[in-house]
Amino acid sequence: MTMATSKPPARKTNSAKRSNVASPAMAAATRSAPFSGQSILRKEDQRLLTGQGQFVDDIRLADTVHMAMLRSPYAHARIVRVDASRARALPGVLDILTGPDVKDALGVIPVLARMPDFKYPPHYFLAVDRVRYAGEPVAAVVAEDPYTARDAVELIDVEYEPLPVVIDAEKAMEKDAPRLHEELQNNVGGTYSVVSGDVLEAFRHADHVVKARIVNQRLAPSAMECRAVLASFQPSDGTLTLWTSTQIPHLLRNFLATTLKIPDNRMRVIAPDVGGGFGSKLNVYPEDALAPFLAMKLRRPVKWAESRRENMRATTHGRAQVQKVEMAFAKDGRIRGMRCRSIFDAGAYFHMFTAVGPTSTANLGSGCYKIPAYSFGVTEVFTNKMSTDAYRGAGRPEAIFLIERMMDIAAKQLGMDAVALRHKNLITPKDLPFTTPAGRVYDSGNYPRDLRSVMKAAGYDKLRRKQAAWRAEGRLMGIGIASYVENCGPGPTSGKPPGGGWESATVRVEPSGRITVLTGTSPHGQGEETTFSQIVADELGVPMDRIAVIHGDTLVVAAGIGTFGSRNTSVGGSAILMSCRKLKEKITAIAAHLLETKPERIVWRAGQLTVKGAPSKSVTIDEVAQAAYRARNLPPGVEPGLEANSFYNPRSLTFPSGAHLCVVEVDRDTGEVKLLDYYAVDDCGRVINPLLVEGQIQGGIAQGIGQALYEELLFDENGQMLTGEFMDYALPHAAHTPPYHCTRSNTPTQANLLGVKGVGESGTIGATPAVVNAVMDALAPFGVLHLDMPLKPEKLWKEMRKAEVRS
Amino acid sequence: MFPAPFTYVRPRSLDEALHFLADHAEDTKVLAGGQSLIPLLKLRLVFPRFVLDIGRLEELHGIHEHGAAIEIGSLLRHVEIERSELLRRAAPLLAETAAEIGDVQVRNRGTIGGSLVHADAAGDFPAAALALDAQMVIRGKAGERVVAAQDFFVDLMTTALQPDEILTAVRLSDMRARFGPRTGTAYVKLRQQASGFAIAGAVALIALDASKKITHARVAITGVNGIPYRATGVEAKLLGEVAGDSLITSASQHAADGIDPLSDIHASAEYRRGMAAVVTRRALSKAIQLATKS
Repeated sequence: MTMATSKPPARKTNSAKRSNVASPAMAAATRSAPFSGQSILRKEDQRLLTGQGQFVDDIRLADTVHMAMLRSPYAHARIVRVDASRARALPGVLDILTGPDVKDALGVIPVLARMPDFKYPPHYFLAVDRVRYAGEPVAAVVAEDPYTARDAVELIDVEYEPLPVVIDAEKAMEKDAPRLHEELQNNVGGTYSVVSGDVLEAFRHADHVVKARIVNQRLAPSAMECRAVLASFQPSDGTLTLWTSTQIPHLLRNFLATTLKIPDNRMRVIAPDVGGGFGSKLNVYPEDALAPFLAMKLRRPVKWAESRRENMRATTHGRAQVQKVEMAFAKDGRIRGMRCRSIFDAGAYFHMFTAVGPTSTANLGSGCYKIPAYSFGVTEVFTNKMSTDAYRGAGRPEAIFLIERMMDIAAKQLGMDAVALRHKNLITPKDLPFTTPAGRVYDSGNYPRDLRSVMKAAGYDKLRRKQAAWRAEGRLMGIGIASYVENCGPGPTSGKPPGGGWESATVRVEPSGRITVLTGTSPHGQGEETTFSQIVADELGVPMDRIAVIHGDTLVVAAGIGTFGSRNTSVGGSAILMSCRKLKEKITAIAAHLLETKPERIVWRAGQLTVKGAPSKSVTIDEVAQAAYRARNLPPGVEPGLEANSFYNPRSLTFPSGAHLCVVEVDRDTGEVKLLDYYAVDDCGRVINPLLVEGQIQGGIAQGIGQALYEELLFDENGQMLTGEFMDYALPHAAHTPPYHCTRSNTPTQANLLGVKGVGESGTIGATPAVVNAVMDALAPFGVLHLDMPLKPEKLWKEMRKAEVRS
Repeated sequence: MFPAPFTYVRPRSLDEALHFLADHAEDTKVLAGGQSLIPLLKLRLVFPRFVLDIGRLEELHGIHEHGAAIEIGSLLRHVEIERSELLRRAAPLLAETAAEIGDVQVRNRGTIGGSLVHADAAGDFPAAALALDAQMVIRGKAGERVVAAQDFFVDLMTTALQPDEILTAVRLSDMRARFGPRTGTAYVKLRQQASGFAIAGAVALIALDASKKITHARVAITGVNGIPYRATGVEAKLLGEVAGDSLITSASQHAADGIDPLSDIHASAEYRRGMAAVVTRRALSKAIQLATKS
């Protein structure tokens, strides 16, 4: 992706400029400035950009055998008979497992998001008796090489008895709809609702009621690296090691130890370099347990690497909500109330976080507005598709898209300016702390200011004049705005609902004085080896190249939760800071002892500890480390060694916010959308590394553009995926991305030690409504009020034609 | 992605290749640049017993110019066509078309022969071959035969090439020698957003006389029909007329006359019909502009 393609002069943008980017070594040379706040190039770049990264499939172990999966070609069928005799006879085939072989041994696929009163029908590692989506694993084959394994898959004879298929969630709720799970009375897995204020009263007194049906289509998270596992069993001590492309090595270790009946202290999960996840690697997948199961059985390492076709079909999807919403307005544009019912297409089973995603939508549905009466109900429905689960934003993009589309639709129907309508209803700094209908407490943010800033940056009034001029020439320009607030950094272990949890960090000064940081988070492309080094370098006053950040190995890092919800820096970084502070105390104590003074008299300066008023008396951290490990001359009561361990449990969620503005042109002849410019003001709290923040924002916007304009998983009526590869599933390319003009605002938060709010998902959250609002604005002359995403050229072309025929 | 087993055969000469095909034509897939065959193999959508790799046959490489006649070896890669000085001068349409194909990786590996023989309904080269009246040079065990592009594309992914034959070269004439000094060409396509293949693509070749009257008009469309076709309705409206915007617009409306357009998840028949007219108009306008300038 291009970095700064700014059209206006660079000074107008905050895009990372080359001259502002420092390598870790350069940053070390300019030690006087703190590392935090500097655009330091990623430490990870050297290995990742030169092909030296180690992903699961790059790891080679002697005697490895290869697993391949037989997947159901039917979206719904009874398995009558499985005959693997021809496959077993193929030379090189070592073993074949089917559902009944592992049902008792492995049990069901674990789920973390257990909602009260929800129904969790059994979800087996290999289908037992029945398949419920096309792509569901039916058998696992192991062979000496991956070719033979796949040849054998084709020799397994399965007799299926096809069953009626239901792929549409609304249809799945109908009385006579095909039922997925016999033990349930219908296809509803559960319901969740948020109610606050007197909604009936609000609508009774409404001067205007605005209604809409808003659809968030089903998307494929499409991480660059597909899933992969490599399992190795050591019979001598009963240790099972699993390399897997995951965002949650520790959670996976805990779950798999139970599933595989291995003591957790004999189970080691390693997430080596991981090529993205976007929420799709937050799960226990069948292959995560089947490969270790086979490795233990065969006493040989077992590897499986997913193909892109498998990834599209059998890795979790995202979004998939249909929302029917009504908003009540007073004459002056003030919102009196909002009621929404969302139907969530859960897919065939509840996976790890499936059930909780749409509850986030219900919790955030009021966005950054004051809505005195609010009711949001979610119905989660089973359909014959792969499970839906977390995908960049996980329920929050669906909420902000809803409210931000509604603000534009309402403005049009009320005959008001969309910006004025927003300002009339935005929560202002005076309203903070603000308790939302869901009971969340917004602690910080300045939504009106961010909206004004983004409009100023874009030259809004000038843009509107340009739009009028273009329209006179017959050209269709559109300007779209979105204000957002979201919640990140999960999160406190208690609260409503509890979520996310703590994070752990160990910071150790090695005998040489170098520093090792062990973090329980599991970055997979975001660059936290760099961010965390900056935090530690500032706190302890050491150069960045003296710091090694280690993550993703449950044997090396004692405890962790993982990476999701933009929590790495807010929760994981705070844990690191905690450990640094503990360490600092011990270093100070030892230094004081060595310098024969009191700890209160020790002054820290760039890795040097001196005595106040006696600058010639000093020791370095390296010397303190030597003393700590030699342990011949330590202060009384101080243990040898120099290491601190912390668990950080955040006080609350964080609430990043911002405003985005997108400028588009719609091609009148073809319906194609061209993104002319993109402006964003994001308040992600304190920024540790502006370059990485910019990268997250731009990447997030690109993904939001993807949902707005291009991406959609389509199925035929039999549940067969029609967009099962990148020839048919359109991801945004670099050439599709607009010139970005991103700046940051910062309102302080006390939610965590660092004052950061998280930035991994906000780009996506702001972008989708901004882009759609812009396209709808461009089509305003045709009287189009709303179209469902993705806004493909043909859809726009047809609307324009319809309008032309009418006129 | 792991293909099913096959036997890899690499002939040392075209004759060896043709001999092999003579015996095993029905069990063999011919491999050139591999941009279509390799994915099909990896997705296990084709299961040939033999893969005959002609990629290193020197006799199928190179561009030869004999007076106004140009012969392009079937193994010429898209990138070579895009960059060929000779083609940029004598058949700029081919160079322009090559630049529109796939992405850099595809253009570095894919060959013109492979693209023509694969005959994808939305392929880029077939339409250009039609507009340029390209002649397909085909070798089989019985010897050489030459088939005009018009007769080469038979049906969806089906050409006049027999299973035991190999396309060895494409012949065409120097554009200006054939159509006159004031000739312009253009290729405009509306891309399917995922694959970049044409939803509708139009190739236009326009020759003008000194008074801006159109002496030659060729329009070929890809992506709309199962096979590329000449939009004869458009051509007839243009021929003998003085080039101008309203003429182009009205003529373009006939871009899909007599065609029953394809319909799929990416575009309906109605949209393809509409887009055929749009890309035709844009290609004509560009071609006329170039013809006027030259």
